[in-house]
Amino acid sequence: MSGPSDFQPTNPVIKWIERRLPIFGLVHSSFVAYPTPRNLNYWWTFGAILSMMLGLQILTGIILAMHYTPNADLAFRSVELLVRDVNYGWLLRNMHAAGASMFFLAVYIHMFRGLYYGSYKEPREVLWILGVIIYLLMMATGFMGYVLPWGQMSFWGATVITNLFSAIPYVGDSIVTLLWGGYSVGNPTLNRFFSLHYLLPFLIAGVVVLHIWALHVAGQNNPAGVEAKTEKDTVAFTPYATIKDLFGVSCFLIFYAWFIFYMPNYLGDADNYIPANPGVTPQHIVPEWYYLPFYAILRSIPNKLAGVIAMFSAIIVLAFLPWLDSAKTRSSKYRPLAKQFFWIFVVVCVLLGYLGAQPPEGIYVIAGRILTVCYFAYFLILLPLLSRIETPRPVPNSIADDVLAKYGKKVASIAVAFVVAGGLVAGSAQNARADEQETPPSQSWSFSGPFGKYDRGSLQRGLKIYKEVCSNCHSLSYIAFRNLADAGGPGYSVAQAAAFASDYKIKDGPNDAGDMFDRPGRPADYFPSPFPNEQAARAANGGGLPPDLSLITKARSYERGFPKFIFDFFTQFQEQGPNYVSAILQGYEKKPADVTLPEGTYYNKYFPGHAIKMPQPLTNGQVTFDDGSPATLPQYAHDIATFLMWAAEPQMEARKHLGLQVFVFLIIFAGLMYFTKKKVWADAH
Amino acid sequence: MASLWPFISQMNPDASTIAAGAPIEVDLTPIASGQDIKVFWRGKPIYIMNRTKKQVDEARSVQVSSLPDPATDQSRVKEGHDQWLVVIGICTHLGCIPIAHEGNYDGFFCPCHGSQYDSSGRIRQGPAPANLPIPPYQFVSDTKIQIG
Repeated sequence: MSGPSDFQPTNPVIKWIERRLPIFGLVHSSFVAYPTPRNLNYWWTFGAILSMMLGLQILTGIILAMHYTPNADLAFRSVELLVRDVNYGWLLRNMHAAGASMFFLAVYIHMFRGLYYGSYKEPREVLWILGVIIYLLMMATGFMGYVLPWGQMSFWGATVITNLFSAIPYVGDSIVTLLWGGYSVGNPTLNRFFSLHYLLPFLIAGVVVLHIWALHVAGQNNPAGVEAKTEKDTVAFTPYATIKDLFGVSCFLIFYAWFIFYMPNYLGDADNYIPANPGVTPQHIVPEWYYLPFYAILRSIPNKLAGVIAMFSAIIVLAFLPWLDSAKTRSSKYRPLAKQFFWIFVVVCVLLGYLGAQPPEGIYVIAGRILTVCYFAYFLILLPLLSRIETPRPVPNSIADDVLAKYGKKVASIAVAFVVAGGLVAGSAQNARADEQETPPSQSWSFSGPFGKYDRGSLQRGLKIYKEVCSNCHSLSYIAFRNLADAGGPGYSVAQAAAFASDYKIKDGPNDAGDMFDRPGRPADYFPSPFPNEQAARAANGGGLPPDLSLITKARSYERGFPKFIFDFFTQFQEQGPNYVSAILQGYEKKPADVTLPEGTYYNKYFPGHAIKMPQPLTNGQVTFDDGSPATLPQYAHDIATFLMWAAEPQMEARKHLGLQVFVFLIIFAGLMYFTKKKVWADAH
Repeated sequence: MASLWPFISQMNPDASTIAAGAPIEVDLTPIASGQDIKVFWRGKPIYIMNRTKKQVDEARSVQVSSLPDPATDQSRVKEGHDQWLVVIGICTHLGCIPIAHEGNYDGFFCPCHGSQYDSSGRIRQGPAPANLPIPPYQFVSDTKIQIG
């Protein structure tokens, strides 16, 4: 965008438009003819990946907003019904949720690339600061987005983060009340977060335009850190960079698809499948993994205000990087000391992320403080010091010379480092579960793995158990009778589901006399609750509230520990919930002598704290099956857990089926991109 | 390409909307001769009219070819249940709900722009181009119909 373009169209229509609004020339000079350093490596594809992710998040977000209701009483249900009933609703939700994580993963890689190669140095300071602004906007957007499903973690995360502002002296509490729109996080908060969550991505898009503009003024940095001097140093953006970006994008999409189709809950928290309860705080409040390092820094400082200042400073310090690091040599490739400290800094960040998910006790606190000091020392002490005392190695004369020299072995090891680091952080997000819990035994489930399917017989037996035993106390309010005839479910016909429904009495009305009345159930009705309201449920159950079972297998989890959580990522292990439910049902034991149980509770080996209010619900012989399956407790536990997994995710088979098709397509596509890239670049090296 | 389909398909009615639009049954016994009721199905108002003999005869004595939208009364009712008229109460002009038992033809009168329908729900005068549409329905017994 410096000077008039050399774009000469021949088509008369394009010429007509070009004279009045030179948009084709702009696109041509920015993305076709644009001179790109020829020695860029694959870390430079993340700009394109980020642009794609922003577009995808906006697209899926706008579509989700067509079905979501931003009201505290309706939000949670609207998300569940969206996932269950809207065509491909599960796909859109998974894309948006996993997309946020992928967006942050890509932005961290993009930022670390900038750190390593000195892309923030003169004349790219404004480019870098625009990037920091984008990052801040992303963090705000992600935070508000996570609040919208109105689960337990949504609500309590909102409470904790908005409470940060109360640390500001004098005006803090007023600011918090202003943000809340009330005396606590509530419906006004949710409504305004929805509005702002919709708005901010478009602000991000605007700053991205400025970011790309600033980039094109200075030109891209490159791994050698030497500016382009002659035409021999650069290639045209299209087709050279375009095809490389496409290949990078296709590999990234494969990684993204792994989460969408096979591990949708790996990066999330089970507690967010529990509707928000202002009266009960979860045992471990954890933000999403991409905020964990800053969360660790916040908790490391024992003073409330100082902790908040430290957390925000950890991000703001990035904006000062061009002045903190004044070394003339750009790329850490030629700065042996800076290079080593860079990798130490990466490890510090990953460890801070891990600590952010641990309970703030004991050694975790000490480690957090040490690492916080390391984090700030890197920017405020180390980099300024190195720019004065370090002797860099000689840089190549030009980019062309750099291309002719040997390179390439570092890429693989860096990739491995990131995968392991990412795995550690992702897995640590799951470590925030109760630590003294007995781990439920792992059972084998027909629906696990990439080709998993629900066992129809097991689903039908589970339904029978629910109907005869569990439904006396537990509702199943997200399942409608028509779901019993859906594909991927218990396999009843539409007529059988209608007959099943008509056995139930559903309250309806008021009739013309103004009275409520009972009528037989219809396929469109949902399973009725055994109690008319929460108070009646508590009164009938010794003060305890039997939870709705529709989502129980996604709302319960346990720590898998190191190194299991790394293997889980590759084996697609997502079955903590069914293992837990099955274990609870079989875990009633005689109370050990040294344990005292509160009044009205029972000893259960696998229940956190061991004192469960529910008496043993199932015993051998209680339910008989028509298909001859044994009437034993382990059989019941297996079947009811399978049924409840289906109730929590009726679309699982569709998800895995489409996942396979998408994976085959993406792998073929990535392969095609790779060979095209090799062909295009054959003459450029 | 094919990857765009989910983004477009999600705007189609979702499973709960389709379920809520399932067929309904209406009991005809409370509707006396000359009376009509209005029920809702898939969000649309449906008139169920128990026509008097006079209304049926008037509808059948009209010359069909003179109608703006020609149709016989017999084609708009179920055989053996000739007094029962079931029509969707949405004016075919611009969508207002016509008022029953109004107008010159003892049928329906639409107050928005003055369209007039007869006792068979056929357009007789006014800007509406077509007769009141008949929803899919059938008699499950002499006194009960299923709409949809």
